[in-house]
Amino acid sequence: MAKLPSTTDIIDDLAFFDDWEERYQYIIDLSKQLPVLSDEERTDDRLVKGCQSSVWLITGIDQGKLHFSADSDAIIVRGLLVLVLAAYQDKSAQEILAFDMDAYFKELDLERHITVTRGNGLRSIVGKIRQEASQA
Amino acid sequence: MSFDVQTLRAQFPILGTQVNGKPLIYLDNAATTQKPQVMIDALVAFYTQCNANVHRGAHALSDEATRRFENARNSVLTLINATRREEVIWTKGTTEALNLVANGLSKKLKKNDEIVVTEMEHHANLVTWQQACEASGALLKVARINDSGELDIDDFQSMLTERTRFVAFPHASNALGTLNPVTAMTAMVKSHCDALVLVDGAQGIAHCDVDVQAIGCDFYAFSGHKLFGPTGIGVLWGRYDVLDTWPVWQTGGEMISTVEYQQSTWGELPYRLEAGTPNIAGAIGLGAAVDWFMQQDRIALRQHEDELLKYAMELGSEFSGMTLVGTAREKVGVMSFLVDGTHPGDLGFILDQQGVAIRTGDHCAQPLMKRLGVGGTARVSLSIYNTVDEVDALFVALKKAQQMLT
Repeated sequence: MAKLPSTTDIIDDLAFFDDWEERYQYIIDLSKQLPVLSDEERTDDRLVKGCQSSVWLITGIDQGKLHFSADSDAIIVRGLLVLVLAAYQDKSAQEILAFDMDAYFKELDLERHITVTRGNGLRSIVGKIRQEASQA
Repeated sequence: MSFDVQTLRAQFPILGTQVNGKPLIYLDNAATTQKPQVMIDALVAFYTQCNANVHRGAHALSDEATRRFENARNSVLTLINATRREEVIWTKGTTEALNLVANGLSKKLKKNDEIVVTEMEHHANLVTWQQACEASGALLKVARINDSGELDIDDFQSMLTERTRFVAFPHASNALGTLNPVTAMTAMVKSHCDALVLVDGAQGIAHCDVDVQAIGCDFYAFSGHKLFGPTGIGVLWGRYDVLDTWPVWQTGGEMISTVEYQQSTWGELPYRLEAGTPNIAGAIGLGAAVDWFMQQDRIALRQHEDELLKYAMELGSEFSGMTLVGTAREKVGVMSFLVDGTHPGDLGFILDQQGVAIRTGDHCAQPLMKRLGVGGTARVSLSIYNTVDEVDALFVALKKAQQMLT
């Protein structure tokens, strides 16, 4: 599996684009880097509540670091999952809880995705990951 | 009277605005319609000229507020051709109107009584009756639709028995646009059983001539905000002799006649079913919207909407990779669809970036989506102020979305 980009990569890349089309094309392209979960892995108990599209999240812990596998049936949500996982993947619970996702999305100029509670449900995903971290 | 869509659009201030830096193309009218300036003015006028509580003030402002509030009720009466103003009950919207009916129904139904609905219901016209059945032991029966989203009228008829006490169906489907033959359906119910008939008019009121006497139903419910009025106000129309025996549901001020510490007696219709201070501004706003709507050339509006829908459905059927969901012969204002290889949510998002507002998802009709074998759809819903140019722009935006997403 190719290594997913870091938050710094993403911030730099998105700053480079001028219009919405380039920015969302980039997010769509990012979605292609996110591994697809198999039908067996897409179980109902892994569905994140509060998303208009289906989002599945699997959490594992290895030596104090949390590892996430996530997938969605919507491409833009998959791309946004890459942005989120850039911040959270293989980090400690403490690091995850300390990360300011709102500020990060504001810097990406994508804050509508994180502030709108319904719609693509990114806030639910971030909430679910933070909940997993607080219980780890 | 001639119809010019640009003259009409000029009366809706929001239609001249931009979203995401693009001119707004508003195609989510089944969710809510935009508002004409005359309706907005009526709201402002109420708050700036005669804000007061209704029906009980011993002063001029209250008299004026009451006059405007009750005039709005008369406007609704005229719109739907009701016979008595006592039959027009203000509610928060269609959902509350249905809950008012369900609440009373659950007290009237007995075990093994039957309620009939259709497969195309909005959750509001399904879950309410599920609850009434749960409370009373009655049985909920669901009449089938065919794959194009039309009611199977034979199946509907077969559902009607001597045990049927209540039948509810939508004037038009919010998810598909299917227009139901409500007059014929009501006649069918009345000739087969002793049952009350409720028409969920949420999607009918802005697109059809609603004549409750001609339909022959017992209840007709709709929301003001889908008829160019404000949110938070709606109407339950009920036949007087039915409403007069309907159990009270919410209690409090406005709806009582006499109160002692241990018992109370109820007031007269319509107030008996309108507990508490009503949505005065909302009712006045809706009255203004209804007056405005009745002043338009509604035959021309209908023709314009039909032409737009026909045009959109034609372009949709020619659009490579598009599957139309809901292709009933009789439809109002809705084109529901899927595009191969794309999620409706992604389509909606990329359209929004281009200034085009649609709705995506299950449209509060999960059983219908399941029946049609889809998880959800993208839905374009049209209104009187939409234009051919907007439909063209929709398909240009869809082509762009398709290119980006596949």
